[in-house]
Amino acid sequence: MSGKFVVGYDDSAAARRAVDFAVGRIKVQGGTIVLAHVLEWSPYSFLTPTELEERHKRRREELERARDAITSTVVAELEKEGIGVETEIRYGKAHDVLGQVARDHDAVQIIIGREGQSSLGARIFGSVAAALIQSAPVPCTIVP
Amino acid sequence: MKHNPFIAALAAVGAVMAGAPAFAQEQVMSLDDKVNEVFANSTGWFVSLIFSNFPGTTFPWIVAWLVIGASVFTLYFGFIQFRVIGHAIALVKGDYSDPKDAGEVSHFQALATALSGTVGLGNIAGVAVAIGIGGPGATFWMILAALLGMASKFTECTLGVKYRNEYPDGRVSGGPMYYLSKGFAERGLPGGKILAVLFSIFCILGALGGGNMFQANQAHQQISGVVGDYPGWITGLVFAALVFAVIVGGIKSIAKVTEKIVPFMGILYVGTALVIIAMNYDMIGWAFGQIFAGAFTGLGVAGGFVGALIQGFKRAAFSNEAGVGSAAIAHSAVRTKEPLTEGFVSLLEPFIDTVVVCTMTALVIIITQQLVTDPTTGLYVLNEAGNAVKTVGDTSGVGLTSAAFGSKIAWFPSVLALAVVLFAFSTMITWSYYGLKAWTYLFGEGETKELIFKVIFCVFVVIGAASQLGPVIDFSDAAIFSMAVVNIIGLYFLMPIVKRELENYLDRLRSGQIKKFN
Repeated sequence: MSGKFVVGYDDSAAARRAVDFAVGRIKVQGGTIVLAHVLEWSPYSFLTPTELEERHKRRREELERARDAITSTVVAELEKEGIGVETEIRYGKAHDVLGQVARDHDAVQIIIGREGQSSLGARIFGSVAAALIQSAPVPCTIVP
Repeated sequence: MKHNPFIAALAAVGAVMAGAPAFAQEQVMSLDDKVNEVFANSTGWFVSLIFSNFPGTTFPWIVAWLVIGASVFTLYFGFIQFRVIGHAIALVKGDYSDPKDAGEVSHFQALATALSGTVGLGNIAGVAVAIGIGGPGATFWMILAALLGMASKFTECTLGVKYRNEYPDGRVSGGPMYYLSKGFAERGLPGGKILAVLFSIFCILGALGGGNMFQANQAHQQISGVVGDYPGWITGLVFAALVFAVIVGGIKSIAKVTEKIVPFMGILYVGTALVIIAMNYDMIGWAFGQIFAGAFTGLGVAGGFVGALIQGFKRAAFSNEAGVGSAAIAHSAVRTKEPLTEGFVSLLEPFIDTVVVCTMTALVIIITQQLVTDPTTGLYVLNEAGNAVKTVGDTSGVGLTSAAFGSKIAWFPSVLALAVVLFAFSTMITWSYYGLKAWTYLFGEGETKELIFKVIFCVFVVIGAASQLGPVIDFSDAAIFSMAVVNIIGLYFLMPIVKRELENYLDRLRSGQIKKFN
């Protein structure tokens, strides 16, 4: 069966492994990739007045930069391999956004890479993988 | 003396390094005297004009101006502040924010930034001054003024968003100077431009004074109160360097740290106040009794209940800046298709700042019984000068608040000192932006022009911390209040525009056309 695989992508080695894993699945069973890049953002953070003023401009720049970076690298490679790929660049908390993207695209699975954080680190800083498992609307694969 | 202040400050540093602190002191002192003299002579008339009383009374007309303005807006918009408070909270929570707009300025962020400009000395020192002079009854009038002021905030912040400038690169600039000029032009009224220019001039002066020198000065008093006396210009230079790093250097980390600690300090402050109030829960009823009785009888304070009323009104205005127009500058940056939503959100500001935080301060001072009463009559005893209520440790201002908290929680005065310093810093950052917006309105945008203002701002930090500039502080207070004179005139003329938008918005909200996203 085919379907869309949402892959969390952020230019790290772990994210790269997630993409490779998704490519492997697609070669076996078909499907396309939705590359989801999350720009961490909380609407409840505190900004200075100057940051308030420039926020819209910065947001545009950040989105453009992220899009350029992804399209010129991983998207180009995937297209070369003949794999269908879409990109989603959104602001928010990583696990929320990945879940939302999966819902919006009616995806069959979410695939993310894991950094291999120590359990202490994960306890203190939280872990995207753990949060995603708790909230994901579709099955998840965590690639170590 | 021909030195400019910055060179004088640098010379002072050099002198200390050369091992001649006495010389440094003398340099700065003589500069202070000079500045005092020049200011007092040239601006005294302006200060007396703004703070003059109605003939034959001790009631300053500017206080009446603010309260009448707030009452007019309250009535004109049909007590809007009480009708939409639930909707305002839903907006701040983000219930009505389109998830597609994530990454843009949220209502919460605009509110938090505007609050960081108002929560500060007014809540800690201002309230103590009001109660010290006007007795507990001042609290009642302070709360009433804040509740009315919510309507002023609503009006000015709605207009701020509606008439802001949006530039092609995505930046926005807004505030009274923009709605005065554009709004008046739209209604075909003359004089908008003149009001806008006047507002900008007062805003720059207010930013340098109340938003800068006064803050630096109070921060120095706090620090020297904890670590012992030392020359103010040292505090001034440190603060100026930090402010410079943030507003010129764009060092985000300092701003980020402050913007994270300040809300925490605010919560800690209110939390501690609540703990003290809870520890004395049996006195809460009594404290409110004092507030109500004092509001209408004065309970023996100087000037009776009118004295309590003036103090309450005055401090509320100082603290939450409703009607001054400053918050409209910060609120303009929010990303919204509906200017009204920002008006709704902003009306929470006087509520949080004054009705919640100021009342906490007041209750703690009253409950810890810092004010001396006559055991036989139950009335408050006046101090020797007869102009304020006698306090347990002869304290006033921040000292009174500090003593009140310290009487129950011994270590809290040190935390309070830190809070005052941080509040002062965040107020400076916010006001530097307000001043800058007024500056660019007058002189146009451009890196060099903006840099000039920013450097002037930093220089004034040093001057403010280094000196006891009574006349300069009076003048800057007067400048902040003259912003309100210009702004409220403008609001009277522009309020029909807000009313039209309000009716339209509320209709759509009722009919379900404006939907929640989550």
